[in-house]
Amino acid sequence: MSAVLEVGSLAVALPPGADRLFALQGVSFNLHAGEILCMVGESGSGKSMAASAVMRLLPPGVRVAAGRIALDGTDLLAISAPAMRRVRGARIAMIFQDPMTALNPLRRIGDQVGEMFAAHTDLAREDIRRRVLALLGEVRLPDPAAAARAFPHELSGGQRQRAVIAMALALEPRVLIADEPTTALDVTTQAQILALIRDLQRRRGTAVLFITHDFGVVADIADRVAVMQAGRLVEQGPAADILQRARHPYTQALIAAVPPLARAVAAMPPAEAPPVLIVQGVSKTFGRPGLFRRGRVTRAMDDVSLVLPRGGTLGIVGESGSGKSTLARCIVRLLEPDAGSIRLDGTDLLRLTRRDMRRQAARVQMVFQDPFASLNPRRRAGDLVAQGPMLHGVGRAEATARARELFALVGLHPDAADRFPHEFSGGQRQRIGLARALALRPEVLVADETVSALDVSVQAQVLRLLADLRARLGLSMIFITHDLRVAAQICDRVAVMREGRVVEQGDAAAVLGAPRHAYTQALIAAVPGRDWVPPG
Amino acid sequence: MRAVRRYLRSPAAVIGLALLALVVGVALAAPLAFPGDPLGLAGRPLQWPGANPRFPLGTDPSGRDIAAQIFHGARTSLLIGGVATAVSLGIGIGVGAAAGFYGGWMDDALMRVTEAFQTLPGFLLLLVLVAVFGSAIATVTLAIGIVSWPATARLTRAEFLTLRSREFVQSCRTLGMGNARIMLREILPNALPPVIVYAGVVMASSILLESALAFLNLSDPNIASWGNLIGAGKGVLRVQWYVSAIPGIAILLTVLAVSLVGQGLNDALNPRLEGRG
Repeated sequence: MSAVLEVGSLAVALPPGADRLFALQGVSFNLHAGEILCMVGESGSGKSMAASAVMRLLPPGVRVAAGRIALDGTDLLAISAPAMRRVRGARIAMIFQDPMTALNPLRRIGDQVGEMFAAHTDLAREDIRRRVLALLGEVRLPDPAAAARAFPHELSGGQRQRAVIAMALALEPRVLIADEPTTALDVTTQAQILALIRDLQRRRGTAVLFITHDFGVVADIADRVAVMQAGRLVEQGPAADILQRARHPYTQALIAAVPPLARAVAAMPPAEAPPVLIVQGVSKTFGRPGLFRRGRVTRAMDDVSLVLPRGGTLGIVGESGSGKSTLARCIVRLLEPDAGSIRLDGTDLLRLTRRDMRRQAARVQMVFQDPFASLNPRRRAGDLVAQGPMLHGVGRAEATARARELFALVGLHPDAADRFPHEFSGGQRQRIGLARALALRPEVLVADETVSALDVSVQAQVLRLLADLRARLGLSMIFITHDLRVAAQICDRVAVMREGRVVEQGDAAAVLGAPRHAYTQALIAAVPGRDWVPPG
Repeated sequence: MRAVRRYLRSPAAVIGLALLALVVGVALAAPLAFPGDPLGLAGRPLQWPGANPRFPLGTDPSGRDIAAQIFHGARTSLLIGGVATAVSLGIGIGVGAAAGFYGGWMDDALMRVTEAFQTLPGFLLLLVLVAVFGSAIATVTLAIGIVSWPATARLTRAEFLTLRSREFVQSCRTLGMGNARIMLREILPNALPPVIVYAGVVMASSILLESALAFLNLSDPNIASWGNLIGAGKGVLRVQWYVSAIPGIAILLTVLAVSLVGQGLNDALNPRLEGRG
């Protein structure tokens, strides 16, 4: 079987002053008709750059320095720009990560899909309309006619991604490049989209280059796998070989960092440990109908009750919009719940005045999701950590000393205190965020999707650090995540939230191992690579 | 330091800075170069520049030395530009920060006031203020500041609106930080760059506003200012055009300098623009 797409010793040069000379170096791979090649790697490994190079859509200043990219024998690097435009969309199509930004918000879905035909064929309007409806049916959008009339914002995230896939497949391209197409989606939606891509690819014999960072996704859909590290392709081969018998140490490390869904040893805290935090009947509604606005009222949390035992880790899992972040923000009182009580050691936090709450703030601390947005870019790391204790009356000298101790505790060099946040990597910033929260010596730590934005190897390090700190400092933790693998790794109790309600809670092993609620079962069934047991 | 290097890489910004330095130098040198009263009678009126070596820039219709007035006028223009800008920034940042940070009824109330100011043409409001409160230099400067704050307020408000919902602000809240501290120490430094850039525009327009007032004989007549000199020359504009033209060029160069510096700051403080044109 000959390859549809051949990439041979491709080198892509970065503009001078970048952190390395080449974004890609010596990358060679072949893509055959009817197969899915998964390109995996951590952020910055050059996997998206490879896709851009194939499409000849490299960012300004970045250029192909050497190599060959051939589609059905035609060298794509040699053809003219207008010829390349005829290739894009028609013979190589692309799906991006965020379906909202890939669609024009002002145009109807049907028009946008139809544009593919208008740009590349001379079909009559009526024919285009029929083809669009057929396509929208094929990507299994319920009611294709209504979807064609809809604007992007009227569809859900998963439906938008289906529309984007319909656009990409409109002209029956030979090659489909999917750049993290399910990363922005919820896990149940992700499972549906993966099944759809797999199904369409089988039926049409399209060659798919699927770029992802998630080994679970790889296990679900890949025929072959190519592993990228710092611009080089370190290993490639059939999926089963790579997943079970990876030879390159980097691949082995990546696979070892994937948290297993079933935890071997469940480190249980004594079940009779007294509760430190009791959340009871908390509700929160957003938006209220005013005199002039017809407000849409959203019940973000509806009668939520939870118990966090002292020294335990309570995981709160759920998809986007389930109210888990609202809950976190209510516990640290960034938001005011409408009803209920949140008791910390008997003190009802919701009854405190703002001033008293500020004094109590030290007892419950939060680590945020986005390591880039949660640190003030204009303060030095040491300042950021010392800030909290100083607010609560600790002198500058002592606070700075404490900050230095904390840097050592979270595994950062003490010299890092003099640097600004942008000089750190994502994982290091998350460590600063953690040090900042710990500086106040809290009893309860609320971690809101703290590891979601991190690469899998960094994620594993931060999770180990959290577990270690919890044991050493006697912390109790509320750990919010959408990733069941992460929850299985670190939590000893789990609560599953859906549409503002807790549908199931209990011991992590019980909830994740033998879920009783239908929604929990669906969530677990949708975890990518569920049947894959990593070796070792 | 990176910002300084980026600034120095733009020739226009460097020229602007050099021009501004020249104007500041002229202002500083005024009492040394022309120790006497710049408004005092110096010689025969309406001598052309170069006609009399004592008056390199000639004399105006009242027989005052134009060069002396240019030098001392530079002090006035810079003073008015600086103080009026400070007043405008003070009011604008205060109103904008409070409106953007607190939102709700506070935002509504403050923005209605801002809009009330914006719907009135600035120069008309300035004329009214000067007509009511008199034309002493302090009053004029304050009045200019008062008519030019609304745009600063809107800009600051927009910055605060986006910054207050950022995670780092929430994380300061969870540390137990109070509102005033969050506004002043955490948000404000992040909101300042665009406001500083806009300050250049405010300064340039303040200098122009004062000149326009002086041209209408509504500025302080007891102070040497470029506007007053242009006003003095308007009666003889057909023949002795240099009386108005020389201070006109001075104003042009100063406003150009301030604008170029502002533009240069904008490019230097916005690294995202790098590599584009």
